[in-house]
Amino acid sequence: MDERKYNMAEEVKVFSTWASPFALRVIWALKLKGVEFDTVHEDLINKSPLLLQYNPIHKKVPVLVHDGKVICESLVILEYIDETWKQNPLLPEDPHQKANARFWAKFGDDKVMQSIGGGVLLKEGKEQEEGFAASMENLKYLEEEIRGKKFFGGETIGLADIALGWLAHYLDIVEEIVGLKLIDQEKFPSLAAWKQEFANAPIIRENWPDRDKLVTKYVVVREANLGKGTPK
Amino acid sequence: MADEVVLLDLKVSPFAARVRIALEEKGISYESKVEDLSNKSSTLLKMNPVHKQIPVLIHNGRPICESMIIVQYIDEVWSHKSSLLPSDPCRRAHARFWADYIDKKIYPIGRNLWASEGEVKESSKKDLVECFKVLEEELGEKPYFGDESFGYIDLALVPFYTFFYTFEILGELSMVAEFPKLVGWGERCLQKETVSKSLSGQKEVYEIILQIKQKLGIQ
Repeated sequence: MDERKYNMAEEVKVFSTWASPFALRVIWALKLKGVEFDTVHEDLINKSPLLLQYNPIHKKVPVLVHDGKVICESLVILEYIDETWKQNPLLPEDPHQKANARFWAKFGDDKVMQSIGGGVLLKEGKEQEEGFAASMENLKYLEEEIRGKKFFGGETIGLADIALGWLAHYLDIVEEIVGLKLIDQEKFPSLAAWKQEFANAPIIRENWPDRDKLVTKYVVVREANLGKGTPK
Repeated sequence: MADEVVLLDLKVSPFAARVRIALEEKGISYESKVEDLSNKSSTLLKMNPVHKQIPVLIHNGRPICESMIIVQYIDEVWSHKSSLLPSDPCRRAHARFWADYIDKKIYPIGRNLWASEGEVKESSKKDLVECFKVLEEELGEKPYFGDESFGYIDLALVPFYTFFYTFEILGELSMVAEFPKLVGWGERCLQKETVSKSLSGQKEVYEIILQIKQKLGIQ
């Protein structure tokens, strides 16, 4: 197996923002593998020409630049990182288990984030109730999947943990802002345990963005969406 | 032990078509079980309890769900021939990026075009045209998105080629006038037997879309 512990001659850059849960995935993955990199901090109101050049399609963070090769979209970047730096693998060897990890990562982005972000944080009244109900359904599936396991990846953090990891920090913030409990210890004991385990894992625990800043930010985002504040 | 491969299938689904093409490319024998989505089988509900959707690949009793996840699984298990993804990580990332773009854009926007009316339909048409412009540019002068040979991105997009006639009629577009490279690419892909036998014809897709519209009460 090709083990590259040192990437002295390589140049690795991550374009990110302080708040982005997607960029955070990339930072976790690189740090878990001991890969040295530079961070380019972006301001999404004033995107750098370089970001627009590297990601003309979506104009978003994260972007990974590795020795001049540009990779966009966080889940795509995670697979690239795993294939390039083989230490501490994020995906198992077995194709069926690999497919399972990819399934839950995709479920997280397509369904969980949509229902909690779009359906609960950004809504109120009846629409929020519907978003809450949808979120509960989605969390039930996660609860069943994590039951009996330390991480979605098994004994060690894997692709699905990194993809769903935002739940271990950002969800508390959503819950605080809207005054609703989503990952209730009684309803979802296994998921609640995973949250704790993941949030406090080495590397993960050292890289969470500032909680108070995030609360302020998401209050503004919520109010703008509800038409109460001035949009950004 | 012989492999048992079953596909929970639906003829007009572009997602199921992707899996059919992948299986054909690899020369895998499989059983196609066509689902009636208004009356889902107990097998489907058991094998895909989260989404209850096709396609589902059942390989020796174990399910794999989500079309491009299934395609990657097929590529990894039956790795002896017709690689669908390149071996270089950067090229693989490039392929995954564009498959993701197609998933996020072409299907939902295309669906809004044929399933909506009025303003939503109009704005969907504009968005779809923009997406096809992006894809036309990405294709450029290459015979396939994967460059010299049919690959992952081509497989992800080609089932939507069968919707081009539908987009033309319902969107009042001329695909060949606005996106000649894409149309040429589609025709080139259809020259491959693995693709042509896996896809419905454009007019057939249009008829089915009309039936769905009627059922949903859309003009």
